[in-house]
Amino acid sequence: MIQVFAKEFNSFLNSLIAYIVIGFFLTGIGLMMWVFPETSVLDYGFADLDTLFSMGPYVFIFLIPAITMKSFAEEKKMGTLELLLTKPLSDWHVVVGKFLAAWALVFLALIPTVIYYFTIYRLGNPVGNIDTAGVIGSYLGLALLSMVFCSIGLLASSLTSNQVVSFILAAFLCFIIYIGFDSLSSLGANAALFVKQAGILYHYEALSKGLVDSRDVIYFLSVTGFILLTTKVVISSRQW
Amino acid sequence: MSLYVSHLTKVYGQQKAVNDISFSIEKGEIVGFLGPNGAGKSTTMKIATGYLPPTSGSVRVNDHDVTLQSLHVRKMIGYLPEHNPLYLDMYVHEYLHFIGRIFEIASSTLKVRVPEIISLCGLRLEQNKKMEALSKGFRQRVGLAQALIHNPEVLILDEPTTGLDPNQILEIRKLIKDISQNKTVLFSTHIMQEVQAICDRVIVINRGEIVADDTVNNLLKQTGNVNVEVEFEGEVNEDDLRMLPGIERVIQLRKGCYRLSAKEGFDLRPEVFRFAADKKLSLIGLKQEENTLEEIFRSLTSKEAV
Repeated sequence: MIQVFAKEFNSFLNSLIAYIVIGFFLTGIGLMMWVFPETSVLDYGFADLDTLFSMGPYVFIFLIPAITMKSFAEEKKMGTLELLLTKPLSDWHVVVGKFLAAWALVFLALIPTVIYYFTIYRLGNPVGNIDTAGVIGSYLGLALLSMVFCSIGLLASSLTSNQVVSFILAAFLCFIIYIGFDSLSSLGANAALFVKQAGILYHYEALSKGLVDSRDVIYFLSVTGFILLTTKVVISSRQW
Repeated sequence: MSLYVSHLTKVYGQQKAVNDISFSIEKGEIVGFLGPNGAGKSTTMKIATGYLPPTSGSVRVNDHDVTLQSLHVRKMIGYLPEHNPLYLDMYVHEYLHFIGRIFEIASSTLKVRVPEIISLCGLRLEQNKKMEALSKGFRQRVGLAQALIHNPEVLILDEPTTGLDPNQILEIRKLIKDISQNKTVLFSTHIMQEVQAICDRVIVINRGEIVADDTVNNLLKQTGNVNVEVEFEGEVNEDDLRMLPGIERVIQLRKGCYRLSAKEGFDLRPEVFRFAADKKLSLIGLKQEENTLEEIFRSLTSKEAV
């Protein structure tokens, strides 16, 4: 598992993927945080990181599928999956190794935004007037959300040998699970709350308040676990 | 018994790719796995390496079942898949380190092992190149190197020489022969000369069934008719030729030149010589056509196709 993780992570860093992903994420978020007047913190008047945490998931909806789209699709196309799966590695090792590598790259993109927190911490009047607990909860939420997105990306990639199909499928699924359920619940059916709770947004917003509820964390972990399990089943389906 | 295949059957949908085949390979043997395209060679190899499960039957490697103890078996096998898939964006030495780590070789051992295998496979000048920059022959060597990195007891090579030029084919063959001492090697091909050049034994498979399993020499011997091509100076009465003992068929190729087919077990050459002496004819050509593996292959693999 660790070998697959190291190889995948290295291949991100050795290709342009990592730098494009990180550059794209930081430029996009940076522009929205500090430059564009509608969303800029400087014009907003309140010392919080709301822009980062509300726009971040939308950027991830496009970025994470771009990171994961080649992970299985390309291996299938090149035939290297056969090479990997005839080595003493279980299917789980391959799936989890690739998943962790993609997630680690997302972390790498997320780390520099910690500077924003310190910037706003200094800008607050009085200095330090920022909801630190909320920020920590939001970061945790963003990390957990990207975890779910990474697993969705891997699943999409395992379903096809075409990277474009993999990207579009993953972006679509991420979008559905992020706000699709929320929008669906607004139709006002009887089970509205239940439908809302099936989506990410409900749990993400709960974490953003700074209250780390184990139910929300368990939601993210179980969704990720389920999707990774599905991915593993797809990879193992050659055995049927 | 290093590799033991017993009553192996693989069904894809409606099609039987491999139908109840059994064979075994002892340690130290190099066995050629021969068959036309689509005969079931790759399928058998994929099952033997644990990539695909058998529909029924079993494969055992050093007395471990491939399906039940898959991870354990995979450690003992070096496998070069068909078309030699590689991570093209990796460097040669980086790739070999990666494969070595998968086999849980300690990094201190790998530091010695990787240069060793690089020079064994003749990759020293290429080791710092990305694999996308390598020619097909060198890619094939990298494929072999990754199959050998953990010093496996059983080597399974799926068409290791396809698409190479004649020089590269010779080099790869020599390499396979060099490294295969004390190993069990099963390698597939549809090139006959290759089998003749490196194998002790050959298994011919056609439409999912084994049609021959014998040493190369035995296979060359067990033949039907032996043809002799004779050339006389001047005309000969064909009917006289037909009177020769042991003859089955006479075909005139051109003026004074005939192809004679013998009945099984007869050697026509002394008879032809005596015949020429009796009739005071000048014999200017006498050639026994050897049954090549190619012909044997054709006759073995086309029988049932009719």
